[in-house]
Amino acid sequence: MHVTLDHITKKFDDFTAVQDFSARLEDGELICLLGPSGCGKSTLLNMLSGIIPPSGGHIYFDEDDVTMMPPEKRGVGLVFQNYALYPHLTVLDNICFPLETQHVPKKERVEQAQEIAKLVHVDTLLKRRPGELSGGQQQRVAIARALIKNPRLLLLDEPLSNLDARLRLEMREEIRRIQQRTKVTSVFVTHDQEEALAISDRIILMKSGVVQQNDLPQRLYDSPANQFVANFLGNPPINNIPGVIRNGGFHAQGADSEIRLPLFEGLPEGRPVHLSIRAEAFSVEKDGPIEAQVERVYTMGKEEMACLRIGATEFRAYIDSEVGLTPGRNVQLNVRKRGVFVFDLESGEKLA
Amino acid sequence: MKKDSAEKDLLYRSKFEIIEPYLYLLPFFLGVAVFTLYPVINVVLMSFQEDYSMLTRSFSGWGIGNYVKTLNDPNFWQAIRNTLHYVLLVVPISLVLSLIIANLLNQKLKGSAVYQSIFFLPMVTSVTAVGLAWKFMFNNRGVINYLLGFLGMKAIPWLRSAQGGAYNMTALVVFGIWNILPFTIILLLSGLQNIDPQYRIAAKVDAATNLRIFFRITVPLLAPTIFLVCIVNTISCFKVFSELYPLFGGNPGSMGNLYTVVYYIRTSMMQYQDYGVASAAALILFLFIFVFTMAQTGIRKITERRKVS
Repeated sequence: MHVTLDHITKKFDDFTAVQDFSARLEDGELICLLGPSGCGKSTLLNMLSGIIPPSGGHIYFDEDDVTMMPPEKRGVGLVFQNYALYPHLTVLDNICFPLETQHVPKKERVEQAQEIAKLVHVDTLLKRRPGELSGGQQQRVAIARALIKNPRLLLLDEPLSNLDARLRLEMREEIRRIQQRTKVTSVFVTHDQEEALAISDRIILMKSGVVQQNDLPQRLYDSPANQFVANFLGNPPINNIPGVIRNGGFHAQGADSEIRLPLFEGLPEGRPVHLSIRAEAFSVEKDGPIEAQVERVYTMGKEEMACLRIGATEFRAYIDSEVGLTPGRNVQLNVRKRGVFVFDLESGEKLA
Repeated sequence: MKKDSAEKDLLYRSKFEIIEPYLYLLPFFLGVAVFTLYPVINVVLMSFQEDYSMLTRSFSGWGIGNYVKTLNDPNFWQAIRNTLHYVLLVVPISLVLSLIIANLLNQKLKGSAVYQSIFFLPMVTSVTAVGLAWKFMFNNRGVINYLLGFLGMKAIPWLRSAQGGAYNMTALVVFGIWNILPFTIILLLSGLQNIDPQYRIAAKVDAATNLRIFFRITVPLLAPTIFLVCIVNTISCFKVFSELYPLFGGNPGSMGNLYTVVYYIRTSMMQYQDYGVASAAALILFLFIFVFTMAQTGIRKITERRKVS
């Protein structure tokens, strides 16, 4: 099923949680709603499930307008952040519950539940109660419960945030595997950029209720639409060097030297900008256009993480450990084409 | 908690510091000892003392004569029957009513705060005073018969009449339920408010009807509170007296046949000055309550074990 969100707005009193959100979710896609807390991603999810109605706009499941349809009629599966498994019911009864409400005969219910339990690997736990399961197992049961009714749309609300780091890694691969097996259109809400990059077909990055970019994960990383997107993705975070464009060159704040890159061609004179460079985009080159001072060096094995300085700004770069940087010395750097951007200092608008 | 006490044990404490907390507890323990422990022990002793005389405080010997006398008194068995009757009517009916009302109050609708205060009003009123009001309402020309008249029913002699035994009990039960309702609602409401609203949302998304959510999700999650309510209400209903007293002008029913156990104890004591029988009856009542409470706890344990296995 494909889903169309048409100019969705949600206001709580005078606070706008979601502002004019439009997107199309293709059939069988796994979409991530990504953003910092309070950006409106969970609100959007709740509007998709029907738990809260939008203040404006329309939601279509295929061609049906479901904007005002109550949750019980939408046929969506929802996985809660804290799983919300019924504590007094066994795993089997929990998974069966959505079928129970559809009056499926008990025998059929149990058969289907066993099948889906196998898919999510909880088939040996059916007689237990949620309190006797680990976080990861509860998560799997919650997914099974959401999947058993063959939902038209699977919604996952920060499903991994209650798990420890190792389990999170495992479960996100599991969710991907299960989603690809069932081919159900899925929306995955998270504030973890790494999770979003790893799991999704497409990411919608939001900030304060407004879509910043709706794109493939790699595109989001490689060509961010604005400063916010560039800052949000990547670990370590992207380096932002403030400065001014003058005579086609970049003058970093507090630095005497000028940086000349082909990228700067055609940029407006005298505009205050951020030169934003990802840490992995640097390389040491004798005649490189950037001169920086080495402050500190951290060994990381195959490469080194160097803290460097241009003028008043410190930044981080991954440097091949064979180069052997010495703190206190100056070094000439070059940058790759990928991972270098210029943003307006004030508005964050992308200039190059 | 554990960590706290472990930390404390590491600190040096002077003798006074060790004694100090018990000094603060002393006044309370004194009160309990004088006004609870001493009377309870005395009742147990008195129930086994033959021919106790209040005037001389003397008795002829120890024995179970008081128990024999009590158990052979048809009035006592009448009182037991009436009390059981009352418990078995008031506890379940008030539980069902409270469940419904607590659920409605939990809906967070407009004006539910107003309703809450109205429902909780009986808690802050005096049973005896309100009992008099109910007496007027149950009067032959009272509000209740007036309303029944609208439904085309004849006036019912709630509180009097020769053949009024059943009506007497009905009036008592209605008043009893009204009286016990607010406390029950408060307990159930707080139980309901402790249930994570996510379960409800999850069930809604899974297309469960409100009725199914109520019976399949809400009631099982509320079970601990429901058990608590049952036990507390059973105990308090076994001790029914202050509801009965004002309703029939101090008599046990219009025919003198609506004895409850506590009323029987009181009559034995105040009217017949038979302290031994009163004490024996009190201990038998205690035994009844004990057995009922144990049975309820037993049922609860069995259902919980069934859940785990």
